[in-house]
Amino acid sequence: MSFLAAILVMSIGALALGLALGYAAVRFRVEGDPISDKVNAILPQTQCGQCGYPGCKPYAEAIVKGEAEINLCPPGGDEGVRKLADLLGRDYKPLSGDEGGEKPKLTAVVREAECIGCTLCIQACPVDAIIGAAKQMHTVAASLCTGCELCLKPCPVECIDLVPVPETLANWKWAHPVIPLFSAPPRAESDPPSPSRKAA
Amino acid sequence: MLQTLFKFKGGLTLPHHKQESAGTPIVAAPLPEQLVIPLSQSMGSAATPVVAVGDKVLKGQLIGRAEGWISAAVHASTSGTVVALEPRPTPHPSGLSSLAVVIAPDGEDRWIERQRVDYQTLSPEAVRQCLQEAGVVGLGGAAFPSHAKIRAQHPVADLLINGAECEPYITCDDRLMRERADEIVAGIGVLRDLLEPERIKIGVEDNKPEAIAALRAAIAAAGESFTVIVMPTRYPAGSLKQLARVLTGKEIPVNKLPADLGLQSFNVATAQAIWRAIQHGEPVVRRVVTLTGNVEQPGNWEVPIGMPIRDLLALARPKDDTDGILMGGPMMGIPLPTLDAPIVKASNCLIARSPARFPAPSPEMPCIRCGACARACPQELQPYELYWWSRAKQFDKAEAYSLANCIECGCCAYVCPASIPLVQYFRFAKGEIRARDREQAAAEAARSRFEFRQFREAREKAEKAEKLAKAAAAQAEKAAAATKASAAENVPTNPEASTPANVVTTASASDLPDAQTAKQALIAAALERARAKKAGVGEGVASTTVANSTTDEAPATLETVATAAAPEGEGGA
Repeated sequence: MSFLAAILVMSIGALALGLALGYAAVRFRVEGDPISDKVNAILPQTQCGQCGYPGCKPYAEAIVKGEAEINLCPPGGDEGVRKLADLLGRDYKPLSGDEGGEKPKLTAVVREAECIGCTLCIQACPVDAIIGAAKQMHTVAASLCTGCELCLKPCPVECIDLVPVPETLANWKWAHPVIPLFSAPPRAESDPPSPSRKAA
Repeated sequence: MLQTLFKFKGGLTLPHHKQESAGTPIVAAPLPEQLVIPLSQSMGSAATPVVAVGDKVLKGQLIGRAEGWISAAVHASTSGTVVALEPRPTPHPSGLSSLAVVIAPDGEDRWIERQRVDYQTLSPEAVRQCLQEAGVVGLGGAAFPSHAKIRAQHPVADLLINGAECEPYITCDDRLMRERADEIVAGIGVLRDLLEPERIKIGVEDNKPEAIAALRAAIAAAGESFTVIVMPTRYPAGSLKQLARVLTGKEIPVNKLPADLGLQSFNVATAQAIWRAIQHGEPVVRRVVTLTGNVEQPGNWEVPIGMPIRDLLALARPKDDTDGILMGGPMMGIPLPTLDAPIVKASNCLIARSPARFPAPSPEMPCIRCGACARACPQELQPYELYWWSRAKQFDKAEAYSLANCIECGCCAYVCPASIPLVQYFRFAKGEIRARDREQAAAEAARSRFEFRQFREAREKAEKAEKLAKAAAAQAEKAAAATKASAAENVPTNPEASTPANVVTTASASDLPDAQTAKQALIAAALERARAKKAGVGEGVASTTVANSTTDEAPATLETVATAAAPEGEGGA
């Protein structure tokens, strides 16, 4: 009799838990793929396609599926690869095809006198950062440009340049402190940058 | 009245070096040859220029309109002519340029018409607007627009007036309190009416007895009930967080504003500027600047905003061994890369450096984890940990150790026996973290724009497909109707029932043979004409008749060819 009771109790328990799990699976279903969203958040969203995928999200999905390496994103830089390696528990790899080191952040500039207004670059821009109309001069909204280089190729008159983002008061940063090297005798002429120390 | 004072942990007792510049009254600085007034002089967005090169401006005239809520207007500091509107060096550690209005003074120093603001009859919004238009910002050094602090969203329990001036060397607030205590007290009165705080506390360090006496006398004369609280001199008691701690015992967490805790604080010089703006309608066009350090004649000068630092410094006559200029105090000030930069609203002090006064630091040595920095830190941080993570560029870890709480006061670097420039590392890490956050925000914006573009393309595609489908459906309907009509023609039942569309289709169907023949006739005629033209160089008349004999619908061009050929033929005949 106790044998039957045990089976009964276990079956009721299994049924109840099964129902609860089944309900939770429907009720708390997560839309989309949370991991690929996390990967996508690390990617720089230039949508440049340098990884071989049409945009950052497809690349993120490919990484999560294990179809793509994590070191294919030049705009994300070395730090991006490290973050992806951390997130996914994969080994760090140096950025592929990037022997020249990281590029500075670039922004596209249309040489407006040469623009013929063909709208090809507008169609190529993945973030709608180029403004213009047919047979009208085009220009790049610098604050929206991600420097993805996708507009360079379609331009029939090659009037688009990529220029480094200029340093302004808004984006200037303090440099990493360096330990100045002194040549012997250690009597430096110039005052190295130092915290404002006061003579006692 | 007994007043409880609170202590903050850490901090330093430093040699004051105040007596050098505090002894002499404030002197008005003469007008320089040129005034360079940067348009970005407040925290927040830069002002938009409203003058052009060649314009004549009066003292106090608006030259830059405030752009957005966290921004303050900029005014001409004297009367004269705008000679340039171009990027000029700013007093910033980078030495980078920003847009500035350059004014050549005419020497008259003529004011624009000033109007007293009757703030008691105005709404708080209108008063805030007035202060924004007068360009009032925090004159203690942060240059935060003052109008943005006067919001009645949170009830203010304690209004703190900062007269601590804790950094060595600086005496501009000290002199201002001694000489213009009445205006400061009147300005505090305005703030009281606007903010309606429960208590008003003026904090002054005990190394300024004359200023304390002057303030108390002015308060008594005005019949006000503000309390002047004498604080022990301990650096950095003048920093907002430490001031709040000493005067109220409250600690301001990193993610909260003082207003969230019922606190609001203004510098004494800001209170005076508010009074000048309200009572006299004077925008902020000058400020008191301390010139001290390695100079022959240290003192305080009332300087028009935009005066080049080189010109101002010449007034104090720097000694020959001066090897650099600090803007701000010796602890938190920045070495100026260029003396072409002008005095701005945030400049409170210029210190001439000399090797004797500020000896070069000994070389940086490894951290020995002695903990002296942690004992000195007034924010109760662990600078040695922050140093480690900042140096290794592990910014997440640095953030976890509350790097954002660091006020960059320099106490840790001052006490460090290994002479590590700790603050430099913290500034570097903070800059990198800010840049990273900016990039993250930009990437987020790019992603949403990309997604919207994809959505738009999909929508356009769908719309196009729908249009095509509609057109195809219309075509199919037409074809169906035509077959129906032809069926109806075969079995004519009642002509009244036929729809107009049917009529049209039948008409066009019946026209079809005619149209075809007409077209063929046209082609034949054209061919004929071409042949005639070839042959008709001599026989124009014949060709004309041929042309005329063709159908009435002959195109105009052909007719002109024919008529052109006619005189030729006549001539030949």
